[in-house]
Amino acid sequence: MGERTGLEVSLAVSEAVKLARVEAVAAYPITPQTHIVEELAQMVADGHLEAEFIMVESEHSAMSACCGTSAVGARTYTATASQGLALMHEMLFIASGLRLPIVMTIANRALSAPLSIWGDQSDVMAERDCGWIQVFAETGQDAFDLSVQMFKICEDKRVLLPGIVNIDGFTLSHVIEPLELESQEDIDAFLPPYEAQVILDPRKPVTIGPVGFPEIYTEIKMQQNQALLGSYEVVLEVWAEWEKKFGRAYKPVESYCAEDAEILINIAGAVSGTARVAIDRMREEGRKVGMIRPRLWRPYPFEDMRAAVKGAKGVAVVDRALSFGGPGGPIASELRSCLYPLAEKPVVASFIAGLGGRDVTIDDFYTIVAETEKIIETGYTDEYKMIGVRE
Amino acid sequence: MASDKPTWKEYPMAATIHQPGSATGQNTGDWRSERPIRHPEKCDKCGICWIFCPDAALFMNEEGFYEVDLYHCKGCGICVRECAKGAIEMVEEGE
Repeated sequence: MGERTGLEVSLAVSEAVKLARVEAVAAYPITPQTHIVEELAQMVADGHLEAEFIMVESEHSAMSACCGTSAVGARTYTATASQGLALMHEMLFIASGLRLPIVMTIANRALSAPLSIWGDQSDVMAERDCGWIQVFAETGQDAFDLSVQMFKICEDKRVLLPGIVNIDGFTLSHVIEPLELESQEDIDAFLPPYEAQVILDPRKPVTIGPVGFPEIYTEIKMQQNQALLGSYEVVLEVWAEWEKKFGRAYKPVESYCAEDAEILINIAGAVSGTARVAIDRMREEGRKVGMIRPRLWRPYPFEDMRAAVKGAKGVAVVDRALSFGGPGGPIASELRSCLYPLAEKPVVASFIAGLGGRDVTIDDFYTIVAETEKIIETGYTDEYKMIGVRE
Repeated sequence: MASDKPTWKEYPMAATIHQPGSATGQNTGDWRSERPIRHPEKCDKCGICWIFCPDAALFMNEEGFYEVDLYHCKGCGICVRECAKGAIEMVEEGE
C-alpha cells in the first residue's frame, strides 16, 4: 500500500515522473503546466532526481531535445499545454515517426485567440492524429497512476511510441486531492529500466530519421500505425498488472450507472466528476441516465465503445473543443464514425461546452440530457449545439 | 500485386539505417541535367573544386588531378563557379 496524502495534482504528476526514474526532462514552462516542470527542476537541483533537466527556449526545442535524449536511450519526459503544444506540433510527428517512447503530460488549456489561459481540450484535439498514445485522467489519482503506467506502455518492445497523459488545466492540475503515492520500491518492481532498441551511439553508428522515398514511406507508416493499434493489448496488460499490484482498475472505456441507462453522457477528463453528481440527482428522480468515459483516446477503443452504448437510446457527447465548420465536437464525431457500421445504434447528440475555462454545471447536464431526449423523439435538428452560450 | 520489394514487416523500425555510409549506394547522379567536363591542361591541382563540392562527388586520381564521380554528381556546377583556372565546364546531358 502506498502513502495516502493530500497533494496538488501537478505535484503528484511530478512525483510519478520522479518515481519512474526519468533520466531526461526538457521542458518550457507554460500555464497551467508550470507547477509540474518547476517541481521537477527543483527535484533535480536538490539532488532528489538523477536526471538531466534541459532548459530550452521554446516548446519546439523542448520536443526536439526530448527526441534527442530518447534517441540516445534515456527515459524522457516533458509537459506542456495549449500554445506550447501547438508549437511542438511538428516535432510530435517526428517523435512518433521515430518510435521514441517519450511521455508527456498535457495540462489541457484553450488555444488563442482570444488569449485564454483557462481549461478546455482544444489543444490535444488539434494534435489528435500525431501518432501518440493518448489517455485522459479524471482525478489526481488517475493522473499519478497513468503517468507511471504510460512509461511502461510506451517502452514496451511491441509498442515503442510516445504517449500523452491529459489532465485538465486548473480543474485538475491545480486542485489538491487525496491520493495514494506508491513507494519507490513498488514502482521499481512495476517499471523496469528503459531498454532502447536503437541507440544513437558514435561507437556503433546508425541513421535515425533518414529520407523515406515514396517506395518505402507507406510501409513505414503502416508499421507505425500497426504499433499504435497493437498498443491496445499492451495497455490492457499494463492496466491489469497495475490493478493486481495496486488495486486500482483502469479500462479503455469507463462507465458509471451505464448498465440500464437510456441516455449516456460521453465526456473525457475532469468534468466527468460533475457529470457523476448530475447523474446521481437524475437517478434519484428516476431518470435512466449514465456515463461512458473514453479513458483511452488513441488507439480509439472501437469495440469497447460499441459494447458500452449497447441498449442506450441516445448518447450525449460533451466536447470541450470545437471543430470549426465541422461535424461537432471531436469526441462526438469519433463516436459517430465508430457506431456507423452498427445496424442498431443510439442517437449521438453533440454538445460543445466548457470552452476556455467556462464551468460545465450540473444544470448544463440537465439541459444536455433534455436536448438528447428531444433528438431521440423528433430527430436531429443541428449537427451540434453550443451549451451555455448567450444569445 | 506481387512485388519483390520488402513488405512493411521487413523494414527496420522507423526506416532506421544500420549500415553506415549506405547512401553511397544511391545513384543520385541520374538527377543531373548538366555534367562537369574537366580540362586537365588548365588545372593546377589546387583542389578548390574538391573542397566546395557539396556532395563529395570529386576525388583525386593517381596523377593528383580531381575527377568527377558521375554516379553521385548532381550537376550543381559549384565546382565550375569556384575553379579559378576555368578548368571545368558544364555541358548539357545528352550532348
